[in-house]
Amino acid sequence: MIAIQLPTALRTFTDGLSDVNVEAATVADALLQLTQQYADLQRHLFDETGKLRSFVNVYLNDEDIREFQGVDTVLKNGDTLMLIPAIAGGVR
Amino acid sequence: MKTNGTVPLAREELTRYSRHLILPEVGYEGQQKLKDSRVLVVGTGGLGSPVDLYLAAAGIGTLGIVDYDVVDETNLQRQIVHGTRDVLRPKTASAKDRLEDTNPYINVEVFDTYLTSKNALEIFKSFDVIIDGTDNFATRYLINDACVLLDKPNIYGSIFRFEGQTTVFHHQNGPCLRCLYPEPPPPGLVPTCSEGGVLGVLPGIIGCIQANEAIKILLNIGESLSGRFVLFDSLKMKFRELKLRKDPHCPICGQNRTIHELIDYEEFCGLKKPKDLEPVDSLEAVDLKTLLDETPAAVQIIDIREPHEVAMGTLPNSKYIPFGQVVRRKEEFNPDVLNVFICKIGVRSELAIRALKDAGYTGKLANLKDGTNAWARDIGDNIVVY
Repeated sequence: MIAIQLPTALRTFTDGLSDVNVEAATVADALLQLTQQYADLQRHLFDETGKLRSFVNVYLNDEDIREFQGVDTVLKNGDTLMLIPAIAGGVR
Repeated sequence: MKTNGTVPLAREELTRYSRHLILPEVGYEGQQKLKDSRVLVVGTGGLGSPVDLYLAAAGIGTLGIVDYDVVDETNLQRQIVHGTRDVLRPKTASAKDRLEDTNPYINVEVFDTYLTSKNALEIFKSFDVIIDGTDNFATRYLINDACVLLDKPNIYGSIFRFEGQTTVFHHQNGPCLRCLYPEPPPPGLVPTCSEGGVLGVLPGIIGCIQANEAIKILLNIGESLSGRFVLFDSLKMKFRELKLRKDPHCPICGQNRTIHELIDYEEFCGLKKPKDLEPVDSLEAVDLKTLLDETPAAVQIIDIREPHEVAMGTLPNSKYIPFGQVVRRKEEFNPDVLNVFICKIGVRSELAIRALKDAGYTGKLANLKDGTNAWARDIGDNIVVY
């Protein structure tokens, strides 16, 4: 089982859930399961060509997946994925 | 960092800073370094407030503050450098008064202006450290690029609702914002704080971390947050630390740089209308009122605000489907009527319409221009501007 952790900014699309568990072999597979379950997330994570958006970083445990094989990174049971989108707020 | 240390600390300053002076990591020499330092704080809002106050109190010799805005009543829930009597004053003037009261032994340099590609390098060049307390992506990328071009550390903080992010960019050749996020989100995809809300204490916590990092860098003590991305969740009261690495292909700090000067950040952030975006039908509040009065059966209002926002007031006969569920629940829309999407200011509702169209919905959709705030202003009944 892979635990996907979502920040507040994305919980709007997951009925407020901060953690979604999926069964997946790769990062791409895990994100696919997530967006199939929560269709509204799709355009927030991927662009029109299906590429992961460049303002959303995915961390496998505490390391950016770009340091591994990106979305092709292989997962093992018990791994945690964190989605970290850029936020801009400083609150004027 | 310049440490000429030519101006001795006055007797009054020795008393004032005594708790610093007895710290071996600071001491007389360190305090004099702080006095000789110049720190620029961009934004005098939620993050800038605690940064300004603590750095002033700590005796940073020159604090530069940049803001173009005036103090608004809705700021006071979190922008603690300003007071009730300052409402409608320029934020920089309000902050300067307060900071000079906090510490009369410092200089406050005021830049009552928008930070732009034209003035950023000129403003930044005389400062040692830059602190980013802004609220939008365009200015954040501008600050990042200006800091890299001038080789100055950029202390970053950002907040949303109950969560914060902070790190130090471009310190001792560390990673920059573009290494972390090569591009910002297109406008509107991520809700703004005015739509999303923020717990007032949160910028206080993140801003204090930024002030702490500034002092460490100026004194060259401890371990900076460079290369470490700290996430803070105030509800769970958890800090997470993620590794942040320099991107060898970074267009501004990588090996083969393609950016050598400041660019147009509004364009970079997509704030200028892209040409290929299909327009969405929109109508004014008065037109919606007429439709509802004359042909009520042909119109269905879809209120996509979050449940807690609905408490601020509603429009007649609305169907509630939160923004985050419109695609998943597209079967619930009646294709035989005009579905008018509404939110607070008309931005999320437009995005919801685009999301539905992208997902293949073909029924009639329209957007209420300027949202429920326009309805509250022009029609008025049962709802307030918020």
